[in-house]
Amino acid sequence: MEQLAHFYAVYGSVINFIGINALLALSLNVTLAAGMLSLGNAAFAGIGGYTAGVLTVHLKAPFIVSLCGGTLMAGVVGLLLGMPVLRLKGVFLAMATLAFGEVVRIAAVNLDITGGAEGLTGIPNITRTWMIFLALALAAYFMATLRRSRIGWGLVSIREDETAAACLGVDIIHYKVVAFTIGAMMAGFAGAMYAHLNYLITPRDFGFFIAVDLLVYNIVGGTRIWYGPILGAALLTALPEILRGIGVAAGPIRLAVNGVILLLVILFLPNGLASLFTRWRPAAAKAGRAERI
Amino acid sequence: MNLLAQQLVNGLFIGSVYGLFAVGYTLVFGVLDILNLAHAAVFTLGGLSAVWLVQAAGMSIWLAFPLATLLAGGLGLLINAAAFAPLRRRADSQFSGLISSIAMAIIFDAAALGLFGARSVRFPPGTVKVHVWQIAGVTITSLQVGIVLVATLLMVILTLFLQRSRTGKAIRTVAENERAAMLLGVNVSGIIAFTFFISSALGGAAGVLYGLYFDSLAPDMGRSIELKGLAVIILGGMGSIPGAILGGLAFGLSEVLTVAVSGTSNLRDAVAFTVLFAILLLRPSGLLGRGKLREA
Amino acid sequence: MNLSVENISRNFGGVQALLGVSFDVELGTIHGLIGPNGAGKTTLINILSGVLPPTHGQVLYQGQALHHLPAHQVAALGVARTFQNIRLFPTMTCLENVQAGQHLTAQRPLMPRLLRLPSADREDRKLEERARANLVRVGLQDKASHLARGLSYGERRRLEIARALAFNPSLLLLDEPVAGMRRGEAAEVADLIRSLAQGGMTILLIEHNMAFVMEICSCITVLNFGRVIATGSPDAVRHHRDVIEAYLGSERGDA
Repeated sequence: MEQLAHFYAVYGSVINFIGINALLALSLNVTLAAGMLSLGNAAFAGIGGYTAGVLTVHLKAPFIVSLCGGTLMAGVVGLLLGMPVLRLKGVFLAMATLAFGEVVRIAAVNLDITGGAEGLTGIPNITRTWMIFLALALAAYFMATLRRSRIGWGLVSIREDETAAACLGVDIIHYKVVAFTIGAMMAGFAGAMYAHLNYLITPRDFGFFIAVDLLVYNIVGGTRIWYGPILGAALLTALPEILRGIGVAAGPIRLAVNGVILLLVILFLPNGLASLFTRWRPAAAKAGRAERI
Repeated sequence: MNLLAQQLVNGLFIGSVYGLFAVGYTLVFGVLDILNLAHAAVFTLGGLSAVWLVQAAGMSIWLAFPLATLLAGGLGLLINAAAFAPLRRRADSQFSGLISSIAMAIIFDAAALGLFGARSVRFPPGTVKVHVWQIAGVTITSLQVGIVLVATLLMVILTLFLQRSRTGKAIRTVAENERAAMLLGVNVSGIIAFTFFISSALGGAAGVLYGLYFDSLAPDMGRSIELKGLAVIILGGMGSIPGAILGGLAFGLSEVLTVAVSGTSNLRDAVAFTVLFAILLLRPSGLLGRGKLREA
Repeated sequence: MNLSVENISRNFGGVQALLGVSFDVELGTIHGLIGPNGAGKTTLINILSGVLPPTHGQVLYQGQALHHLPAHQVAALGVARTFQNIRLFPTMTCLENVQAGQHLTAQRPLMPRLLRLPSADREDRKLEERARANLVRVGLQDKASHLARGLSYGERRRLEIARALAFNPSLLLLDEPVAGMRRGEAAEVADLIRSLAQGGMTILLIEHNMAFVMEICSCITVLNFGRVIATGSPDAVRHHRDVIEAYLGSERGDA
């Protein structure tokens, strides 16, 4: 018991980050499941985090209200953004969402209410580890169940072949917007929790690199099953700690390891680490046949 | 009026560097329909290695520049060999190519960090002798002129090469239709490798020029230009080289003018990305692009 | 009430793919659509299924105009189709392909599943049974858990039909359903199509396999260069002067 407490004292913060990152990775999985390369979830997390932070700090709102406010705000922005943007495909969608992310980050840097480049400070530390993991468990359950529902089947059909899906009655735009909005709300929720974790949030917490990181978590872990993104997030968040434990200091080597892992995964295990446990085994990929994610 | 003219001139200079960077980006996209997201990392390594060559090896910039460019080209070959060539057979090759280029970018960034350290460096004083001219109230340095000349020269050479030479035509054939090119006897994998070589060489060259212009290079210098490069090629039309050049100039000008008008550099990037956003929604094929929406 | 194609035209830039195409398909019949390559047959199917809008003209199905509707709404009216170059869901199994095709008739609501209600399991089991039944109809029941992309060419065509049937359409548009099939396989598909028509389904099919078309279709429309050059019974069409000329003038022969 004492060892457990000690472990938590040392690694508590990493554990919290694993939980938040896993939530964020899951939020991106909703859109990736439909084959959409949206990279806006870091920005939605930022919107959720800042909204919640402002509600708590400036309006003295209770935690639950701030959480809901952050989630809803992210959802509304997601809905408004989604409708025009989701007509774009592939790289173009990625770029539009990245551009959106940059605009959000710059707004955060320049607005007074968000505290500028220093960020929003003085947010009480209300988030606890159990809250994060409870939310994660619920989100994971939701994602697993989603796949069995009409929406889930529709999203995967869209990813496999949009035209065929449309001719089977799937309303493509509607489903894409729904997936986008759900992902935005999940990210907003994670952002709101994050804001109440470390007393402050800064624009850098939600920038371009975080957006790419979320994609990397999904790729490394695997996008086809609900525990893939969680696996990827956990591994890549814990990795720097593990490396430090064996004597590899921060800096170039850790960064290089991330890059090498990603490269190896995409070359040899294209459906991510999760595919080691499910039916999308490497053998099929080695046979050179198509693996669209 | 003088101020406006000064801004226009500044915009032109930075714009030509952006254009050079964007040309490399768009070349790979035009040929392979892939976005090589490691391009910015090559940009960084090109600039940093030029500094090293001048500083540590005592070379003159006139030698270091072409060497750094060639080195960058070599990195391009590496990117192709490690990240794109193995994936060409796959049906999702565009998407997985994107991801593997992200992986290469991370690895290259780590290399830059490891080899050159985290602090920013600059070319040793006296690397380039700088004359300052005043023309009609506008300040121009010989360095700026040199940068524009070099950038323009490289872009012109590239354009002529693509139009006139056999290899250039082969590249354009592969860009048009890979299958047909193969049937016509073109060595497609060789052409693709060569395209990466040229593209990354230009990116590295842009890095050196950028470093000379701003007199500062750091391992993260690729970050700011990465998204701008994307914005430029969207603006100019993906796959279009003249579009990349024009887009680069337009982007450079808009950046400089935004700073001048708003009095602060904070909004500079915001305007750029809003413009990018608007273009994606209204005319995704860009100013001179191929008019077809493509999948990742 | 039938499928009424009225004066459909479609051009792409300068290319006139279809011009003034008009014909009727009676309910519960098997109607063939033939013509040399490039005649515009697939373009017409694309228009009928809502994938492409026409430049002029209209399409009425059971009194309802569908030429301006997007694909998913056309499907909701009971129109299903297969594709000339086969658009299966490659990384799903055969069974999953058919289950995905059940979209319009399967509720699969989220809440009962989140709450793990027995009604959800019951529905899933029922839908799975129906999907397997569809696979039996096309003879693919043994391949139910095989990935779609691992199937042979003929099997993939049959799977596409099974998937198209999954939401119980009333109008089935088949684009080259027996292309690349051996005679035995094609005969089985012919039997399937006949039994579907007997059950009341209306079928419009494109095919180059002339023996196939002549045998199962009760009415045939012939397209050439985007125009209708004949519509009638197989015998009438077979002996029609313009049809013979169109085919002798092109490289396409009888199957």
